[in-house]
Order: sequence, then structure tokens, then C-alpha cells
Amino acid sequence: MKYAGLLVMPAGFFLCVTAIVLFSSPVPRTIFVISGLIVELIGLGVTIRAHMAHRGGI
Amino acid sequence: MDPYSALPFPETAFALTLVLLLLAPLAVAGLALINTGLGRARSAAQSLLGSLVLIAVAIIIFALIGSTFAYPPVGYLFEIAGVHWNWIGQGHFALSGFSSETVDTQLGLLFEFLAVAMLAIIPWGSGADRWRISAGAAVAAILAAILFPVLAYWVWGTGWLTQLGINFGLGEGFVDAGGASLIHVLGGLSALVVAWLVGPRKGKFPREGLSTAMPGHNASYVLFGCLLALVGWLAWNMAGAVLWLNADPTTLTVIAVNTLLCAAGAIAATFTLTRIRFGKPDASLCANGWLSGLVTSSACASVAKPAEALIAGIVAGIITPLLVELLELALSIDDPSGGISVHAAGGIWGLIAAGIFATQPGQFVAQLIGIAAVLGLFLPIMYGLFWLLNRVLPFRAEADGERIGMDLHELGGNAYPEFVLHRDDSYR
Repeated sequence: MKYAGLLVMPAGFFLCVTAIVLFSSPVPRTIFVISGLIVELIGLGVTIRAHMAHRGGI
Repeated sequence: MDPYSALPFPETAFALTLVLLLLAPLAVAGLALINTGLGRARSAAQSLLGSLVLIAVAIIIFALIGSTFAYPPVGYLFEIAGVHWNWIGQGHFALSGFSSETVDTQLGLLFEFLAVAMLAIIPWGSGADRWRISAGAAVAAILAAILFPVLAYWVWGTGWLTQLGINFGLGEGFVDAGGASLIHVLGGLSALVVAWLVGPRKGKFPREGLSTAMPGHNASYVLFGCLLALVGWLAWNMAGAVLWLNADPTTLTVIAVNTLLCAAGAIAATFTLTRIRFGKPDASLCANGWLSGLVTSSACASVAKPAEALIAGIVAGIITPLLVELLELALSIDDPSGGISVHAAGGIWGLIAAGIFATQPGQFVAQLIGIAAVLGLFLPIMYGLFWLLNRVLPFRAEADGERIGMDLHELGGNAYPEFVLHRDDSYR
């Protein structure tokens, strides 16, 4: 799970970059960039949870 | 060559920036003192000596390798969707030709040397009391050779993040004069990776009950470090604005006032919050709040108005103690210096605040993309590099080192030889 989380994070970054290339209108661009950041945060959350499980914290 | 001959940089700005850069190391000194004070007494000398070693390694490696990619005027690029993406600098190896560079280039590189020194000691505090100096130096070398130079070119050079405004109409591109992203967010995230890999201090998280409180050994070091850091940060933010935003020297007073307001707002908020929550204000959390306010100012002091800087500081002062608690009590992450909450979270909040307070359309999105780059790209790469390094050169000291203290274990002598250091309950 730890590695899955770490792999999801670059996917979020590429979503952000893709958004600025594909959309010129500010609203969809902002929504997609925020979505990319949320994907990164999900990946970070998965990684943190995997470390807690590894340590017996959950 | 006379370095003044072809100057786009006025001599007054040169003199002012040079003086500011000579004051900026006080921020590094303050941070080293805070890291030491928040650790245990039996690791104090190892902590301060480690800070010096890490700074030295980072500076040497940056001079030999990192500076090649960090601050040249030209770089490698590729083209996608009709846009040039400058991704890495292409400069002289090992500072060859440094003396013939223009004065602003030389000052920019001096700023980057100081930045890489500060970056190197941010994770050091999070691995306190159990992290070996040799492993810390290796981490500093990786940061100075690979990660910092690439990000420095993106943020302070002519990289794709600074070009977001030109290529995509996103405000003035990613703006970060004080280095919140490439010093503090990168440093805070490296602290997180180190805390994961090195593991918690023995007895910190018992199988049953709450985590064990392991308070810092010297609140005076911590609070004096905060005062030193303020002086350094004032100089840091003003020098960054002149170098990276071409700020007029007449605007520097506002940047200094914003820095003060950020720090003051943050400690006022943390003081109030901890007093309400615990009945009495908590010195170490207040220090974390103060430092978090300074970190926030790195991103937003040069773009915000004074009232906005105060608001940004207050928010940083509220977020920081809550996050310190969350990391320790809910997420089982042992971070003695609070580096993750202070530097990573404070830096991210500062960058967002700079986007919110900016007047140019699209600036908020540019700031978010900069944050996404550090978080989504550099954190996984850093994890991979540190994980490999940990396999070759184990980060964590032997159990004996933690028991007798890192001073005796690594240096053979204590920082306070006259004191009788008592044993921890966790070792009984």
C-alpha cells in the first residue's frame, strides 16, 4: 500500500500539468488543478496509513 | 573582468543585498539552536555538531555538483503542446567561471548556498536522538546534489514554473521569493521521509495508551533560536525579493513589516490556542508557531499587504500546534523538532496565501501547481532515494546509542559533562 500511495502522488502532479495544457478557461483549469492536488493528498494519506499499519499503530 | 561593467543590477542594490545576505545565516543558526533545544540533553552536542557537518556537506556538494544545474541562465528543455518546458539548468561544472559571472548571478548563487544550508538541517531536527551524523550527511548530499538544484532552477531560475505566466497566462508564474517551496516544503517533506525511515524514539509509542511525552531539554535555546531566526528571516525575505522579484529597494520596508506581522500573528495565535487547550501556554509549541509564521512569510511577505500578512501568520499559528498533535497522537510520527508541521505545512500554507492575496489573475493556480510539483513529484523521488540510502547506510543508530545518548555514542563525550543525566522511564 505504501508504494501504491507513492505512485498515486505523481499521477496527481501530471493531472495538474495536463490541466494547464488542455484548458485555457480559468474555471475548468482551477478545478482540475485542485483535483490533481486532492489525488496527491489521497496518495499521501495512503502512504501515511501504510506506515502506521507497519508500525502496529492501526 | 570588472564585474560592475555590464550591470543590470544597481550598485546600491548590490551593496544592500550583500549586507542582507551576510545577516541571513542567523536564520540557519536559529534553526540549529531550536533543533538542539528540542532534542534530549544527552544528544545536544551531536545535534549541533551534526548541524555544522550537514551544512558543510551540503555547501560542498552544491558547489561541486548542484550549482551546475541550479542557477545558469540557460537550460535543457523539451517541447510539448507547442510549449518549451525548461526542466534543468546547464551551467559550469564545480563553479568554474563563477568569478566572471555578473554580480546578480553571483549574489543569486550565494543566496542558494545559504538556502541549501538551511534545507540540510531541517530533516536533522526530525531525526534527533536516533539519527547518525554520517547518514544525515548523506541525506544532505542528496538534497544538495539533485533535489534542491532542480527545484531551484524551476523556482528561481528560468525553469518551467517561473514561465507559467508567460506560457499559460498564470499571473507572474510561480512566485516564491523567500524559498518556501524549495527550502521549507522540500525540507519538511524530507523530514517526514526521515521520520518514517528512522522510526520513532524507543518508548515513544507504547503498545497501549497515549504516546510518551519527550519534551525538549532546553527551552531557552529554543526561544533564543526563535529570536535569532527572526533577524535572519528579515534579511532573507528582503534579499530574496530583490534577487528573484527585482523588487525596488523602497518596497523592502513593507516586506520587513510583513515578516514581523506573520511571526507576531502566528505566536499570538499559538499562545492563545495552547493556553485555551492546556490551561497554560506551551513554550515549545509557541516556538513552533513563531517559526511557522516566519516560514509562511517566506512565501507571502513579498506579495501581501500588512493586514493580509497578519492573517496569514494567525492561520499558520493555529494550524501548526494542531498538526503537531495530529502527527504525534493520531499518525504515530515522531518528529521532535516539529519540522514537518512547521516547514512543510507552514510553507504550503504560505504559498497558498500568496496565491490568495495576489492581484494578478491565475496566480492562485500557479501557486497550486508549484505545490503540486514539490508534493507529487519530489516527495516520491525523495522517498525512493532515501530508502535506497537507508539500505546502504542505515539511518538509525544502534539501540545502545539511543540508550546512552548520541553524544557519548557518536562523539565520546557529553555536551554537559558536569550534569548527571538521568535515565528515561522508557528504559527501565
